[in-house]
Amino acid sequence: MEQFTLTLPSAAIPQNVTSATLCGVVSSGNLEILVEPAATSDACRIVVNTSAHGFRDIWEAVLKDFARRHSVGGLSLSINDAGATPAVVSLRLDQAFETCRGELA
Amino acid sequence: MNGLQISYFEASARKRLSELVDAGSLVEFCPPEMRQTSPHLAMLDAPLAFDDGVVTGRASLSGHKVLVAAQEGRFNGGAVGEVHGAKIRGLLDRALSERPTAVLLLIDSGGVRLHEANAGLIAISEIMRAVLRVQAAGIPVFALVGGSCGAFGGMGIVTRLCTEVVMSEQGRLGLSGPEVIETVKGVEEFDSRDRALVWRITGGKLRRALGEATLLVDDLIPAFRTAAVSLIERYRAHPPVPADLDELLGVQAELTERSARFAAARDGREIWANTFAEASRVPEMTVAEFNIQLGEAA
Repeated sequence: MEQFTLTLPSAAIPQNVTSATLCGVVSSGNLEILVEPAATSDACRIVVNTSAHGFRDIWEAVLKDFARRHSVGGLSLSINDAGATPAVVSLRLDQAFETCRGELA
Repeated sequence: MNGLQISYFEASARKRLSELVDAGSLVEFCPPEMRQTSPHLAMLDAPLAFDDGVVTGRASLSGHKVLVAAQEGRFNGGAVGEVHGAKIRGLLDRALSERPTAVLLLIDSGGVRLHEANAGLIAISEIMRAVLRVQAAGIPVFALVGGSCGAFGGMGIVTRLCTEVVMSEQGRLGLSGPEVIETVKGVEEFDSRDRALVWRITGGKLRRALGEATLLVDDLIPAFRTAAVSLIERYRAHPPVPADLDELLGVQAELTERSARFAAARDGREIWANTFAEASRVPEMTVAEFNIQLGEAA
């Protein structure tokens, strides 16, 4: 497994997120994302655990794009990945963001 | 989203649970944010899941208090590791003090998680004993089987220890899985790639015809919910009573007789032929048609 942590600047999330939400399942080509509230309102902290070694550059590109597209400051994301493609990661991040705001049940 | 159209087979464990119980009633035990992950998978440098592949908690179902566990078949085939097993066993132990109306086990598992070897085997044996203790205390335990991994290995045994077993046709129940049998005994014994054959032997319609599943329902989460509610109401009126020795000896004699009667059977169709006028049509029947014909013949 390869692990790294990124802290990405992002506008504060407008809603008050108080509880944790989990999206996705750790299975081949898939990942789970745990979203929790964090103290830093101007940044999003992301911990990545991935079974695919040597793809940190691509992870950073996908995660920076996510932090730019959405206001995710004040959130902490923890990712368990079993080799998901960048497109799947991006879609799962969007789903996690929508779910933690209560938009998807 | 139209709740009526959600396939139980396709849904994740969390989705099944959230749609099965009363909306918003689930309070999770050992939730993902507690990060109770597998130390064995970590040692093997394998991917972890924050819930170790099983959701456990307390909920209400049609207003009745229930304790629930749902295995995630897509994480390591729903296999039972040390933490995963401890969560289910802990849930069952908790039933003894909380005394819910029922315990629901949404089983979707190939059995023991081989990465965890003895720890997984011990976990399964603890679950078995706990299921029996809960029932001996007068609390029914219902198994719901309709996921892609079915209920195999130790979890197949756990399923059959439960008070009632609700299955969909898509659900499967057995001890050794088809791939294992083919590997050990050869393709002539069991062609695991013949999917229709696999389902005619391990699937819900054969298990229901044999009485190993006690209800057959459509592959829809609301159908499992309706079945669970009807079972809860039935057992509230008549709590489970532990079998006495004579009853167990009677069941043993029936199973011995059944084993001799079907000794030469190679396909579910030969067993359906005992009950159904057109055994070859059974796989095509709707669940409603199947249940009517089974009821008429019984």
